[in-house]
Amino acid sequence: MRRRGAVRRNLTAHAFLLPFLCVFAIGVLAPLVYSVNLSLYQERMIGGRVFSGLDNYTKAFKDGLFHAGLGRVALFFAIQVPLMLGLALMAALAIDSGRLRAPGLFRIGLFVPYAVPGVVAALMWGYLYGDRFGLAGEIGDLLHTELPDLLSESWMLASIGNIVTWSYVGYNMLIFYAALRSVPEELYEAAEVDGAGAFRKAFSIKLPALRPALLMATTFSVIGSFQLFNEPSVLQSLAPAAVTTNYTPNMYAYSLAFDGRQFNYSAAVAVLLGLVTVIVAYAVQSATARRERLL
Amino acid sequence: MGLMLAYTLIPLIWLAISATKSNQTLFDSPGLWFGDGFHLFDNIRDVFTYDGGIYLRWFGNTLLYSVVGAGGASVIATMGGYALAKFEFAGRRVLSALVIGAISIPASALAVPTYLLFSDMGIVNTPWAVLLPSLASPFGLYLMRVYATEAVPDAMLEAARIDGAGELRIFLTISTRLLAPGFVTVLLFTLVATWNNYFLPLIVLNDPKLFPLTVGLRQWDSLAQGGAGAGAIPILPLVITGSLLAIVPLVVAFLFLQRFWQSGLAAGGVKQ
Repeated sequence: MRRRGAVRRNLTAHAFLLPFLCVFAIGVLAPLVYSVNLSLYQERMIGGRVFSGLDNYTKAFKDGLFHAGLGRVALFFAIQVPLMLGLALMAALAIDSGRLRAPGLFRIGLFVPYAVPGVVAALMWGYLYGDRFGLAGEIGDLLHTELPDLLSESWMLASIGNIVTWSYVGYNMLIFYAALRSVPEELYEAAEVDGAGAFRKAFSIKLPALRPALLMATTFSVIGSFQLFNEPSVLQSLAPAAVTTNYTPNMYAYSLAFDGRQFNYSAAVAVLLGLVTVIVAYAVQSATARRERLL
Repeated sequence: MGLMLAYTLIPLIWLAISATKSNQTLFDSPGLWFGDGFHLFDNIRDVFTYDGGIYLRWFGNTLLYSVVGAGGASVIATMGGYALAKFEFAGRRVLSALVIGAISIPASALAVPTYLLFSDMGIVNTPWAVLLPSLASPFGLYLMRVYATEAVPDAMLEAARIDGAGELRIFLTISTRLLAPGFVTVLLFTLVATWNNYFLPLIVLNDPKLFPLTVGLRQWDSLAQGGAGAGAIPILPLVITGSLLAIVPLVVAFLFLQRFWQSGLAAGGVKQ
């Protein structure tokens, strides 16, 4: 009787999982396998499609355009992510502290940009950066100086960083805030009884509680940085000289496939980029985990 | 904190004010104040009538892609996450590991391969090419698994089983209610992801009639950058007003569903 129930439950579990497994196979696994397969071939003038092993990958390893894009997103990740997460953390702690007058307003106000499509955010900021009818020119006039051209080559990465920060600072803030809220009130009371001050409480209770949330936010930020596409590609039409077609690795994979018709090489670049993303995400996680053990 | 609020809101205020301006006023009035005349309704009318009312089509497409895509993804993730959390079966561990691994494969990394695969399958340039990948949400499944573990007590399931209720009935009458906040959270995340999706539709669609708002607006912007005001109507106010209109539904959805998703949000970030 008991056994029959277990078997039936086993079947139920599989039935419940079946729809996910189907869409997962079509939407994630199949493209993955397909592109790995594709990346192992080359289209030759004579002989057509031939198996070429890892040739596409060795080509990508030596490809200066791919390197340049990868370097750009790595730099972007190193500067933008700590800045954004730091701001989000500060905001979450401030809202959680209970000393703000209208915490609900701050929470939703900071979060609103997350609902704005990345493309719309980039369009909007692109106009704002410009001096024709944007705010950059007006702020410059107000300060009686000329602001640097935010759409120039030297400022472009920072300008993109600002758009991404604007879009996601509130989202990360909410993740941190939710983690802080999940700390049981008794823990603070116990700490107070033990004579802990506000600083001590923040350090010994709030920060450890935030660690899993921080890990998750960092992981998503790694993915976001290394897969950067929407913002630079929208700004491209405003500043074609500053944003090249290989500005980020994802843009490079796109232009290889759709402008150059080099589908096999593009697949290799996409697979390589996915690998780099996973490796960096994993490295960041294990670095955080190690620090956790040290403390 | 006031400064941060200003930082997040001023661009949106700028967008809202700019949507009330005519093409000329955009250039000769201060960015954060109204110009001569109030053209919001003219602009909205132009947005909806330009090029045979294509904007309305884009709006409908976006609605279709996000309602079917996000709704389907949330239902599928909820069923799967519940099964992973509440049933013991062979392969459960492997599947969980697979899903966590899949979270770190971003959708955008799969876009080019998806195009190539779908063009072989012959579904490129159909709504399916956007919908099928949207239905798979490994992050949603993960979030739901974590949420279901906590929200649905095992004792309650046992009690229902002893009373002779079937698994499907237990799920539909008891579990779904307990899972509701988690479901709304997943729904909102997938809704944002599909409403804001740009890379995938850009790649798998080339018929403007199938575009979502993001791809369509981008196309208008390229037109505006190319030769501002080339046609009968200057297109720059259309991009600005169209952008504003594209944001409104999601903001409204967030405000309405606020109290649900905030309680479900803690799950993913807190538990391991």
